[in-house]
Amino acid sequence: MEYIIIIISAIFVNNIVLAQFLGICPFIGVSNKISTSLGMGGAVLFVITLATIVTWLVQMYVLKPLGIEFLQTIAFILIIAGLVQMVEIILKKVSPTLYSALGVFLPLITTNCAVLGLAILTIQKDYNLMEGVVFAIANSVGFSFALIIFAGIREQLDLMEVPAGMKGVPIALVTAGILALAFMGFTGLV
Amino acid sequence: MQNFTKGLLKENPILVLVLGTCPTLGVTTSAFNGLGMGLATTFVLIMSNLVISLVKDFIPDKVRIPSFIVIIASFVTVVELVMQGFLPALFEQLGLFIPLIVVNCIVLGRAEAFASKNTPLSSAIDGLGMGLGFALALTVLGAIREFLGSGAIFSIKLIPGDLMLVFILAPGAFIALGYLMAITKRLNNK
Repeated sequence: MEYIIIIISAIFVNNIVLAQFLGICPFIGVSNKISTSLGMGGAVLFVITLATIVTWLVQMYVLKPLGIEFLQTIAFILIIAGLVQMVEIILKKVSPTLYSALGVFLPLITTNCAVLGLAILTIQKDYNLMEGVVFAIANSVGFSFALIIFAGIREQLDLMEVPAGMKGVPIALVTAGILALAFMGFTGLV
Repeated sequence: MQNFTKGLLKENPILVLVLGTCPTLGVTTSAFNGLGMGLATTFVLIMSNLVISLVKDFIPDKVRIPSFIVIIASFVTVVELVMQGFLPALFEQLGLFIPLIVVNCIVLGRAEAFASKNTPLSSAIDGLGMGLGFALALTVLGAIREFLGSGAIFSIKLIPGDLMLVFILAPGAFIALGYLMAITKRLNNK
């Protein structure tokens, strides 16, 4: 039951993009087409889940026993940067098809604040490892969900006539605002 | 001088370059929060730009990015601890977005694009200009949202009662930023 609450809350109520403002750069940047959104969503799911597990273990078994929790930010970002690089190398060797699908998105993910944000949030919320994993997966699904809906809207938006000043990012942001408004309807679900 | 002024409007990191959108949307619920976040980021930008341009000749090209990230993360930790100690209320409000300065694309972007190629003095000035441009945009956006949402600016009540509460919530952030960007585009084109 707890897991179901975590999942529903992460995907709908506290959607990572539309309510918590994490990972906006890829949300605005790569959401032009549904296919690229799917690729980005897959890469994010992969990296976030892995990063949450590793950072959780490091926090519990390295930083906490040594009493150096203030190094959290530095340690986590290094772990994430290393992890992304490693995933890239392994994926290239093991599964070239998956690599060609996700490859271009991997370097972008290091500076995706959703990854570091979720790693820190998992620690702040005092989740255990299992809850942390569920939380990470649910949030990545929420991220892909928002990205794909938004890409669908933007594909239509390209066909519309938009005032010159609003073209590009401004109209995308206003659209995202309206989408966020729709997601606010889920408030109170859990 | 030009290094300083370009960050304010012509190359404003948020409104023109569209970098660092996550903290922009996340913390600008009031003008004060926007200003606090802006100044914290300015400090990190100046210091990391300065240090990176000082040590740039000793860092091998291959490990450039990880080294930059460690330098940036160290200054972010400094900000985190200082703010926690002296401004606990603001720290509480900004929350997750303080450690997330590490992955703010503006900081790494300036390190890579400017500080790794220029002298320490002009890098520090570039950091100051970009940081103040960021702080300015954040404060303006915070003021607009605070005013439209609660009729106050910097917590000074100008209009009694609540106005459009939606502007303090998530959707308002997207919509307000979208329009602010469109206005800046218009001004820059003139």
